[in-house]
Amino acid sequence: MAVTTAAHPAVGHAAHAPTGFWRTCVFSTDHKIIARQYLALGVAWALAGGLLAGAMRWQLAWPDTAIPLLGEIGPDTYNMMVTMHGTIMVFFVAMPILLGAFGNFLIPLMIGARDMVFPRLNALSVWTFAAASAVMLASFFVPGGAASAGWTGYPPLSARVEYTGVEWGLNLWILALALEFASFLMGGVNYLTTAMTLRAPGLTLFRMPLVVWQQLVAAMLFLLSVGPLVAGAVMLLLDRTLGTAFYAPEMGGDPLLWQHLFWFFGHPEVYVVLLPALGFVLEVLPVFSRKPVFGYRWIVWATVVAGALSFIVWAHHMFISGMDPRLAMPFSVTTILISVPFAYIVFAMIATLWRGSIGFEPPMLWALGFLTMFIVGGLTGIFNGSAPADVYINNTYFVVAHFHYTLFSAVFFGGFTGVYFWFPKMFGRMLGPRLGHLHFWLTLICFNVTFFPQHHLGLAGMVRRVANPLQYDALVPLQGLNVVSTWGAIGLLVAQAVFVANVVVSLLAGRRAPANPWQANTLEWTAPSPPPHLNWGRDEPVVHRGPYEYSLPGAVDDWLPQDRPPARAGRRPGTT
Amino acid sequence: MPSLLDWLAWLPENASTYGADIDGIIAIIWYTTVAWFLLCFAALGAFLVLYRRRPGRRAAYVKGERIREAVWILVPVAIVLVLDLWLDVLGAPVWARVKIDRPPTELTLQVTGRQFNWDVVHPGPDGRFGTEDDRQFLDELHVPVSRPVRIVLRSKDVIHSFFLPNFRLKQDAVPGREITGWFEATRPGTYELPCAMLCGFGHSGMKAYLHVHAQADYDAWVRSQWP
Amino acid sequence: MSLRADARALPGVSGPKLAVWWFLASEIMVFGGLIASYLVFRLGGTGWAESAHHLSMPLAAVNTLVLLSSSYTIVRAWVAAEAGEGRALRLNLALTILGGLVFLGLKAVEYTTEIAAGLTPGAGIFWSFYYTMTGLHGLHVLGGVVVNVVVLATARASLARPHRVELAGLYWHFVDVVWIFLFPMLYLS
Repeated sequence: MAVTTAAHPAVGHAAHAPTGFWRTCVFSTDHKIIARQYLALGVAWALAGGLLAGAMRWQLAWPDTAIPLLGEIGPDTYNMMVTMHGTIMVFFVAMPILLGAFGNFLIPLMIGARDMVFPRLNALSVWTFAAASAVMLASFFVPGGAASAGWTGYPPLSARVEYTGVEWGLNLWILALALEFASFLMGGVNYLTTAMTLRAPGLTLFRMPLVVWQQLVAAMLFLLSVGPLVAGAVMLLLDRTLGTAFYAPEMGGDPLLWQHLFWFFGHPEVYVVLLPALGFVLEVLPVFSRKPVFGYRWIVWATVVAGALSFIVWAHHMFISGMDPRLAMPFSVTTILISVPFAYIVFAMIATLWRGSIGFEPPMLWALGFLTMFIVGGLTGIFNGSAPADVYINNTYFVVAHFHYTLFSAVFFGGFTGVYFWFPKMFGRMLGPRLGHLHFWLTLICFNVTFFPQHHLGLAGMVRRVANPLQYDALVPLQGLNVVSTWGAIGLLVAQAVFVANVVVSLLAGRRAPANPWQANTLEWTAPSPPPHLNWGRDEPVVHRGPYEYSLPGAVDDWLPQDRPPARAGRRPGTT
Repeated sequence: MPSLLDWLAWLPENASTYGADIDGIIAIIWYTTVAWFLLCFAALGAFLVLYRRRPGRRAAYVKGERIREAVWILVPVAIVLVLDLWLDVLGAPVWARVKIDRPPTELTLQVTGRQFNWDVVHPGPDGRFGTEDDRQFLDELHVPVSRPVRIVLRSKDVIHSFFLPNFRLKQDAVPGREITGWFEATRPGTYELPCAMLCGFGHSGMKAYLHVHAQADYDAWVRSQWP
Repeated sequence: MSLRADARALPGVSGPKLAVWWFLASEIMVFGGLIASYLVFRLGGTGWAESAHHLSMPLAAVNTLVLLSSSYTIVRAWVAAEAGEGRALRLNLALTILGGLVFLGLKAVEYTTEIAAGLTPGAGIFWSFYYTMTGLHGLHVLGGVVVNVVVLATARASLARPHRVELAGLYWHFVDVVWIFLFPMLYLS
């Protein structure tokens, strides 16, 4: 039984869907178009961030040789690449793709809403992000070059021009980040308010798909953690331009103030990036195992607990920073505790497979890739969270390996899980499965070839952000590992060409996607592929059950959509 | 090169008294995480093989929310929690030994980081700073073996980081602060001391050397510096 | 759980109100970060009271009264909007806007006096905090004035939908509360 409603103001305009290029493609308020805009910007930045990484890896393997297309680069340029690679990947790839694109696309569809509750604020958010992108791009081309103080931007290096030689590049970096924060603040407010007020009838909080839960907790984490960094960034900009004293010890300031403000945000931020990826994987595992996700409510509580804990672990980035050493053990304890809810979620993912009926279509491969690689990354986190171990491994390549195993898993394995799963819904075409398999295996292998040896380099004492490993006696005999890692990185970049080819071919000539190619239960699969403006026709869905009723005993099909009416007496369940 | 499968073998030669303690913590974490890794991957691999889709076989409708089912995960999670806390119980005294408690020392060196060198001030035979026999060295520290040595870290400009891989010691040098560290060498040798914090375009390659001398050689060195 | 299509997750809380509260939560964290940093410095440092001595307590006290009064007038404006009283709505909104402008004007007087005396943002850590905290707050006051001007200019729409005035008031109270924290921390110690 569906319900017609005039609750959403947009419904009254159904007969007047916007027309014309500018209203439909450029300044659209439709959440699906806005999602594509975030996706396009994120993918463009991913190319830039990936090429920067390729250039860095070339320099590390063959120092002081000419990098293709760039020539020989000096250490100051290398520092700019390191800085911009990190900044771009976290703020201009991970956030727009995982939160901006998928959050926008999925949240209204999965809760049975016709759009976000504030469509114009939504459009403003993506245009603010576009402005942030323009400012960040501009920072590459100003005199003095781009920011070069690391994505972490520690003062005093970042606070006085003479320490880096970079003036406008760093100022624009700060401004671009401020705009990016504003964009995601707007988006976060929109996601939270939409999910709290526009859910379809029958869709209680504990019938929401886990994807939506993860997006909401991520939005909350971002909203509540970014404030102190905004304060800190204002202080940094003022130190640079007005000569204020915040981070200048000679004037009464303290460089460690920045580190506290940055990491108070920085740690929740990594979960802001991780949680959406967890959501995609938690969605795909049940669909391709044809059984419910294991422990839905426990996973929700684990996510909330992890989110709360993320606010009290930040100083594990600062064990040897010069802060009072007595603070180290308390933060070590909270840090080690945060592994507990994530251990739950990982075990629950494995348990979801138990006694399932597992298909290995590309979305499932990517989800399994996430799971396996994230386990490795999560385990190396234990080393980092222990204060005495961290005395040694802090600021070495061991940390670099750790955060790539976790973040790359989230952004790329998790991101591709989402892309391959929802591509049919977003674009109305199926992605070619054979190229999908090839893309996955190439990426998985090259990813490990790139980053696994970095654990060893870190344990051997290779420090971060160095342009030439051969300057260190201890690293000269180990240079082979750097070369191997670079070959992996080159392979990783080339492997993505398979994906690009797949997308182009599929968009132009791929098999047209049915509404529900994966036989999944959640509401987005009840809309056409792709959904029209306002998502459904006359009738919005009404929800009768949770999202994971797969292989219900006694049902004919091994799936049961959320909006299918309950069986009437005398009829077999599973039929309408 | 050591085997890629044995991470502990990649740690550089240890030359400090507390280095073994830190290596011990790293080793415990290594064995624990390898155990969890093997467990998870074994379960994962088994399920993927055993439960791959086959015609005529249907998945089991297991929601995992009742305690009876959830316990299969709650018990491993509880074990994770206990092991985690045990790691911190073991780690706390090691941290205290390296960073909080400092044994009495006869030799203190002032080490000041700047873009892009380490300036080391040796107090000279009188053992006091601010006197005439203080001597400044560029990128080199000289200490005797088997004696605790204190270092007072400062920075002239940006944050640098004093890193002795062979001693498992690292400490950031922050402008506006004096931060004290200590170490005691267990064998003579020359050890690389890279700066471990991005400090500008000269960060790559910014390093000092620690020269640890047998007592007799150290005395000879002192005599040669202060005739 | 109601089956009505427009069932609300939280009865009595509208979408826009929720959104404003989430926005205010993030703003609280921005000012919270600044205030916490200031407190840590203040408690650990010396010479702060001496620097604060140069501030004009009387001007700030007047500003505090002005802002508090304007919070009162915006509540009266909302009451008027709910009751459909157009004149009272316009009058009270105008008074609120006036209060905001007086606040900014007095702040400008303070700043020019201090800068003329050589007490610039770069004059020391206290002054860095003073200008940043009051400056950021001042920008928020300006934003609130703009919002209130829009609500006044579209007074007929505000009469039809009084919650617009309520939401503008919510933001304005937040700006007031931040000042209640800043005033004693900067001026009274």
